[in-house]
Amino acid sequence: MSADAPGRRGPILVAMSGGVDSSVAAALLLADGHDVTGVTLKLWGGASDSGCCSVSDVEDARRVAQQLGIDHHVFNFGDDFQRHVVDPYVEDHTRGRTPNPCVECNRHVKFDKLLRRADALGFDRVATGHHARLAAEPGRPPSGDTPILRIARGADAAKDQSYVLHMLDQQQLARLSFPVGDRTKDEVRAIAAELGLRTATKADSQDVCFIHSVGGRRAFLGDRIPLRPARLVDTAGSEVGSVESIELVTLGQRKGLDLGGEAERRYAVDIDHAAATVTVGPRDALDVAAQAVEGLAWSHEPVDGPFEVQVSAHGRPAPADLVFGAAAGPRPGDATIVWHRPQRRVAPGQSIVLYRGDIVVAGGIAGSTIDPAGRAIDTAP
Amino acid sequence: MPVHYLDNAATTPVRPAALETMVPLLATHYGNPSGAHRMARDANRVLDDAREAMAAALGAAPGEIVFTAGGTEADNLAVTGVVNHVRASTGRPAVPICSAVEHHAVLDPVVHHGGDVVAVTGAGAVDLDELAAALERRAGPGGDGVALVSVMLANNETGVIQPLDRIVELVRTSAPEALVHTDAVQALCWIDVAEAAAEADLLSVSAHKFGGPKGVGALVVRDRPGLASIVLDPLLKGGGQERERRGGTQNVAGIAAMAVAATETVAERPTAVPRVAALRDRLADGIRSRVDGVVETGVPAGTDDRSAKTANLCHLCFEGIESEALLFLLEKDDIMASAASSCASGAMEPSHVLAAMGFDRDLAFGSLRLSLGYDTTDADVDAAIGSVPAAVERLRARGS
Repeated sequence: MSADAPGRRGPILVAMSGGVDSSVAAALLLADGHDVTGVTLKLWGGASDSGCCSVSDVEDARRVAQQLGIDHHVFNFGDDFQRHVVDPYVEDHTRGRTPNPCVECNRHVKFDKLLRRADALGFDRVATGHHARLAAEPGRPPSGDTPILRIARGADAAKDQSYVLHMLDQQQLARLSFPVGDRTKDEVRAIAAELGLRTATKADSQDVCFIHSVGGRRAFLGDRIPLRPARLVDTAGSEVGSVESIELVTLGQRKGLDLGGEAERRYAVDIDHAAATVTVGPRDALDVAAQAVEGLAWSHEPVDGPFEVQVSAHGRPAPADLVFGAAAGPRPGDATIVWHRPQRRVAPGQSIVLYRGDIVVAGGIAGSTIDPAGRAIDTAP
Repeated sequence: MPVHYLDNAATTPVRPAALETMVPLLATHYGNPSGAHRMARDANRVLDDAREAMAAALGAAPGEIVFTAGGTEADNLAVTGVVNHVRASTGRPAVPICSAVEHHAVLDPVVHHGGDVVAVTGAGAVDLDELAAALERRAGPGGDGVALVSVMLANNETGVIQPLDRIVELVRTSAPEALVHTDAVQALCWIDVAEAAAEADLLSVSAHKFGGPKGVGALVVRDRPGLASIVLDPLLKGGGQERERRGGTQNVAGIAAMAVAATETVAERPTAVPRVAALRDRLADGIRSRVDGVVETGVPAGTDDRSAKTANLCHLCFEGIESEALLFLLEKDDIMASAASSCASGAMEPSHVLAAMGFDRDLAFGSLRLSLGYDTTDADVDAAIGSVPAAVERLRARGS
């Protein structure tokens, strides 16, 4: 297993967010003798203080590039980010879905737009500071000597980002490099400190980059869509409270549900967006035997289960099998995850990633859920 | 491989004579020109000489020159200084008015003061009917009054020259109490500013656009014989320098270098303009004949009539590409160019100038500004004619 696609050693474009991981990614490639150029993507022009595209982050990336002695550019992908990440994020909330904007940014911006741009500008490969590795298996006919590439978990389990890279296919993987994937975060920071990079002690980025920490999701969505109040009912259907906005309720959420001093901890166990009703109940009411997936895509050819299936960025994977066919849904990529033991429902819109060991073999987006009896509880609109 | 510098509208190389003036002064004339002793007087002598030279270059009197720390400060001082003074002295909420293609150094203070932004035509010239309407609305009965109308002499992106005479005429008729300011930051090398802006009440220039150093500029504030003198509220309050219009110790060496650069620029202009115009025409024709899907801004469609533009600007919009990728490829060929204005992060932002001229956003994202200067050569033009079409075709083929 290597952090790098094998073979070519042409010019590499490093996506530098202004954080420590991508700073060190650039430094490692440079130390390895590569022809390295840095680029920072300007994705978001609005107010944000937690993001990866503020002016101060661009300054940090630029300064690191200067310290390393490499060229640094800024690409404005704001329109693509708006179209492929922000607009769908807002739209999904009006449909009762909870999207993962980092995944969509990777899918449409970093590993589509940027890869195409890099190709047009003469770069063989793009590197990022993601904590993930590239695993190469020997190729099989008819591809012959071309190895099969897959995303594997990064060396630092706590920082592993393979989950948000699940959508990458063979063509993309062949043109990518993750230089810090076989280092721990502590090692990354140590390298940055040794090189005297100004990002060595910079805090990890948190949360959604385009949402301001003060106003949060409420202010962001409230400026863009009407927020609708909703009833809270218990699993028997009795009204037990209300929330200001159904758009801000996520399946599985506990905090922020005004239940009037209930002793028992209760969770949002179902959200009926059309009826503006959130059902609250005990945690085990979230458990299901099966989970619908949409847009499931394999990183190479389909492989057999069982799989370890991860449903959140740093969640614990659980064993499951995969079922296709009429029961799963009508569109290509519709599938059903059948858990070996019941698992909590996944909020529609979140990514569902299938691993074999440390290796990502497929990924998709959570759709409607199947209840323990195998009946569809809700259907994505 | 030599660098082909085609970004003279962003900034120019410092003229050797300006550099030779400036550097020794930093060592020898460090006295504070406001002081009383001999070294102060020596520095003040340099400042007075520079003031006279700038006045001559701009068609002004020495007392009308206010030295600033650049074009942006001069523009801000004109707009905010006049608006604040008029509002304080008349008690009326008089507004500034400017065109939609002004540099942000004018546009932003005008918007800040609640002023009007007047549309331009597709050719980039102020729409005089729109200006007349705005003046009538603001200066007429029931209006807030107009403090100032600011229209640039030549645009920094397209090079389109504004009909300043007609604008002045319109203002004098429709809003006689209003002052006229012109941002001549892009103009001095290519237009006889002394003549073209003779009727303007205020005029801004910036040294680094004509071979001087950065961080130095000037605002002309006319003494108007027979009329009420123009009074500005200073932006920078302090030691009362520049006749109470701009506090702060003057940048003596930089101002002296600006004056040398301005004097040279004006002296060379009669030969520089036709020489650079010919180079620019060859450049624009050469690119347009080698690549399809290109619009040359400020030039009537289907023609090569560049009479509405300054001699140095070749501004093109290419369909189906993005400027920042094009600039990257041109840099690989050692061609230094730009697109629209850049934001603080260095990312390209879509141009408000092109938007005002009615260009759609996608086409505006494919803009390229090649701006020539006093030392641009045939080799620079040849390099760009060789590189630009190939780079555009490559980007189109790769879908980026």
